[in-house]
Amino acid sequence: MNRKEPILKRSLVWQLISFALFFGLWELAGRWPVSLAFPSFSKTFLALVRITADGSLPKAYLVTLQPLLIGIALCGIAGIGFGIGMGLSRAIEWASLPLFIILQAAPMAAIIPLITYIYGIGLTAKVLAVVFLAAPVVVMNSYKGIRNTNPSLIQMCRSFLGTRRQEVIKIILPHAGALIFAGLRLGLAMGFIGVVIAELLITPTGIGDLITYHSSVADYPEMFATIVSIIVIAALAIHGLERLEQKIFPPEIRGS
Amino acid sequence: MPADAIVQVRGVGKSYDGGVEALREVNLELPTGRLSTLLGPSGCGKTTLLKIIAGLIAPTGGEVWVKGKKVEGPGPERAFVFQDFALLPWANVLRNVAFGLELRGLAWEERAKIARDYIGRVGLKGFEASYPHQLSGGMRQRVGLARALAVDADILLMDEPFSSVDEQTRRKFQEDLLALLQVERKTVIFVTHSIEEAAYLSDQIVLLSPRPGTVSRIIRPDIERGGTSPDEIRRDKNYLDVVDEIWQILKRYVD
Repeated sequence: MNRKEPILKRSLVWQLISFALFFGLWELAGRWPVSLAFPSFSKTFLALVRITADGSLPKAYLVTLQPLLIGIALCGIAGIGFGIGMGLSRAIEWASLPLFIILQAAPMAAIIPLITYIYGIGLTAKVLAVVFLAAPVVVMNSYKGIRNTNPSLIQMCRSFLGTRRQEVIKIILPHAGALIFAGLRLGLAMGFIGVVIAELLITPTGIGDLITYHSSVADYPEMFATIVSIIVIAALAIHGLERLEQKIFPPEIRGS
Repeated sequence: MPADAIVQVRGVGKSYDGGVEALREVNLELPTGRLSTLLGPSGCGKTTLLKIIAGLIAPTGGEVWVKGKKVEGPGPERAFVFQDFALLPWANVLRNVAFGLELRGLAWEERAKIARDYIGRVGLKGFEASYPHQLSGGMRQRVGLARALAVDADILLMDEPFSSVDEQTRRKFQEDLLALLQVERKTVIFVTHSIEEAAYLSDQIVLLSPRPGTVSRIIRPDIERGGTSPDEIRRDKNYLDVVDEIWQILKRYVD
């Protein structure tokens, strides 16, 4: 512990330096200016304070987070369940693996007009956009986690008279846990993309609305502040999940 | 000897899809309370034969009888020790050793008591709360052995248990195994590719020929074990003769 601390401190210093360097370059580029539509860091930061203080940014997040959280919850329950089913049953695998391979490869933004055509422009359509982007990676990770169980552990379980049920509960699921969790984390990353695309393409609401509105009236610092805020929030959320993952499933006790 | 054979292998054959024949017409009797070794070059199907006896692989021909009953799958009278240890990485030593009992539905207190006992007997006292990644290869295999002993089976099936353990640890482990078996009175079927290991440990050595595997010779070393130290066994004239005899036979299969 004592030897670890200075390294931690040093890395914190480096991180701060790298942030300072990045924001400094941004400030320079904004003042130069690269483009009239590219505000400097200080202007963007002030705009961020402004739209946070007047309540428009927090309100937008309340709207945006709804389809995101509903979509991720759906993926977390149905997606993981489905992936586990695919991993355990050859029949389910045979019937649905091609679909998920296609979904994983398809450019999802292209089917958003189709979602709008069928489900309109409300919350349902936006939840679906999140689900369509996040589900494939959640399902595929759960499926692979199950399928990659160490065959030797399964033989061990059978040789000690484990039933199929015990095999699933005591060997396969704990073994797949880390990969399933990682799938959920990647799913959240895709969900952020999905929800922003939906809010830009379907109807402007929440963050999508803020970006579209400020861009249309040429409030570029506000527009950039909104974009930066969603990037930061997505990055922090995913990093947080990664930390949690390391804590629950330290690499040395992982099955896979 | 047939009268007290606990395991009988009758005409067992195993072919895989695609026509690879791993075993052909294997007939074998394994005596109760003795240590028998399946020995042969790699690819002779010795692990396949062991797993067929364990009920983990179904033979394509013939049958295996254990204690007068035909083998249809794994059974409570057989316990397996795996070459790659097959320990749960997320469970500590105590839970790993108790795992066979856990699968049988024993209450936690009861199985922990039995597991602690066997952890002590294999020399791992004090490591109950350690995880497999914190142990050396030799210690991990001791966990695997304790797990197999804990379910109190009559027959221990050991699949090259010392192959991923360094030479010094291996020798110590062999000595400990013999000492342990003096107390436990188990029938052991032991797969190895080491001639010295087979000669040192076995009451009966089954030599298998490669591709397709079949019994080429059975040797019963006449080595005095009672009272002699392990090092004396390794200098014993009979021991050295057995090693040489096996080598003369196996030499033909090596090219």
